[in-house]
Amino acid sequence: MSLNNYSIKELVKSLHKGDLTAVDTAKMSLDRIKEVDDQVKAFITVEEENVLAEAKKLDESKEAKGRLFGVPGGIKDNVMTKGVKTTCASNFLANFDDPLYNATLLEKLNKDQALMIGKVNMDEFAMGSTNETSAFHPTYNPWDLNRVPGGSSGGSAAAVAAGEVMYAIGTDTGGSIRQPASFCGVIGMKPTYGLISRHGVVAFAPSLDQAGPITRTVEDNAYVLETLAGHDELDATSANRTVPKYTESLKKDVKGLKIAVPKEFLGNGVSEEVRESVMNALKMYELLGATWEEVSLPHLAYADAAYYIIANAEGASSLARFDGVRYGKRADETEDMTEMLKKSRGEGFGEEVKRRILLGTTMLSSGYRDTHFAKAQQVRTLIKNDFAAAFEHYDVIIGPTTPTEAFKIDETLQDPLTMYTSDILTVPVNLAGLPALSVPCGYSEAGLPLGLQIIGKHFDESTVYRAAYAYEQATNHHKKRPDLGGAN
Amino acid sequence: MAKITKEQILHTADLATLAISEEEAEMYSTQLTEIITFTEKIQNINTDGVKPTIYGSDNDNVLREDNAKRTITQEEALKNAPSKEDGQFKVPSIME
Repeated sequence: MSLNNYSIKELVKSLHKGDLTAVDTAKMSLDRIKEVDDQVKAFITVEEENVLAEAKKLDESKEAKGRLFGVPGGIKDNVMTKGVKTTCASNFLANFDDPLYNATLLEKLNKDQALMIGKVNMDEFAMGSTNETSAFHPTYNPWDLNRVPGGSSGGSAAAVAAGEVMYAIGTDTGGSIRQPASFCGVIGMKPTYGLISRHGVVAFAPSLDQAGPITRTVEDNAYVLETLAGHDELDATSANRTVPKYTESLKKDVKGLKIAVPKEFLGNGVSEEVRESVMNALKMYELLGATWEEVSLPHLAYADAAYYIIANAEGASSLARFDGVRYGKRADETEDMTEMLKKSRGEGFGEEVKRRILLGTTMLSSGYRDTHFAKAQQVRTLIKNDFAAAFEHYDVIIGPTTPTEAFKIDETLQDPLTMYTSDILTVPVNLAGLPALSVPCGYSEAGLPLGLQIIGKHFDESTVYRAAYAYEQATNHHKKRPDLGGAN
Repeated sequence: MAKITKEQILHTADLATLAISEEEAEMYSTQLTEIITFTEKIQNINTDGVKPTIYGSDNDNVLREDNAKRTITQEEALKNAPSKEDGQFKVPSIME
């Protein structure tokens, strides 16, 4: 029996009827992990006995079964999980065995009786686009083990693509859900800033960070978001508004839907096959009764520069809390407090994290603060305004998720600037705080998945899902699965 | 064009309470020069009179009652500490 044969709704139906138990689904997930995870390496922590004990507890519970009862999922390792090691894929937190509390999003999953199978790999402190900056091991793309799964939620996307779990939680500061979803041929949703509580999600850039679900289908994704979304008084930036039934929005077609396609999204650096797959998707939308027009969002060309200034200035500040006093890495044999702090951080953080702390600290120091950091915040306003102007006339904005197919292992690691600029199509969305989703829109010549990015108005996840679902159902891209061998 | 020297990197590392080696400083000097030069394309945009966007949301003054409540115990607070003694976090000496 394989998780690959089910949608989340079908699995929930079987679990509710009692045709399957939570122990059954836990075993399906754990068996698949045993079968393929030595190739994919999506997981950092899987506590098999605890998972089975939790599943048994669910099966024995007298409560009415929750809407995610027994559905196996993976949680990115920057989400706090009480009693379960939370490392952010960093040596600094390699022994952070008990974060003492659950992130609000995990509490919400638990309330609906979802089953956490384990913690998935990521770029260290979510700083990276390939999962190669993980301090423990890289994760490999299930479609081609010589390629990266993307990042920073590479473990989340790979675990879903490999059929190890039904959904995984990712976080997205500049594309970290959508880019790996695109590279791994799955659905990744970064909701509107503030839709899902950030309480208990280790901060990278607090004005940009947002968690979201990664799944195999659009319907699964909308279903999981209904559980994750909602106001939380423990997060002052969390939005206080009613959560719509996203799954209901899928029933409506896209006749009359107005699509904007920014020409800046199809410019230099975007590969021919990516451009072609997006043009084919737009033709499909025409057949489905939607209309599209090319528009210009002139400040998008500056988004990567503004993003790397703002994200890393905030990141350097966020990471100031890691001091080796209350938890985490402590350097041995230091003479005084300052030396202890410096060495603990120097030894605990990897090369990319240190690079970003230095970059961010530079941006906040005199000589740069006004000319670079404050300027980038003004450019952020101009980018927001560009989107707002387009949304006065259109329902969604569509383009590619990434300029190319998945990179080869080691391809970008030695050249940070190239890795940074590959985020050009995803970072504008975070700067503007908008919701956006990646849905598979074809395959490259090398057989790797390509992703279509659908961007919506603030808190209009419903229209994003509707547009994604109509396209998904009209195509067969999502039915293809990577071939990792094994019975499952 | 910004040239970030090795000495500047070492100074910034000091500001960030981060120990790095001479070789690392050398490497970061080259890389940050390249990255910061790249970001300077935003200098070409006229932003006169543009309000900066500082926060991710428009929520402001989110208030709640100031009620004391118990969150974690002392034992829990110390559970993950790399060094502790007599119910306290232990660190190297701060003063001579």
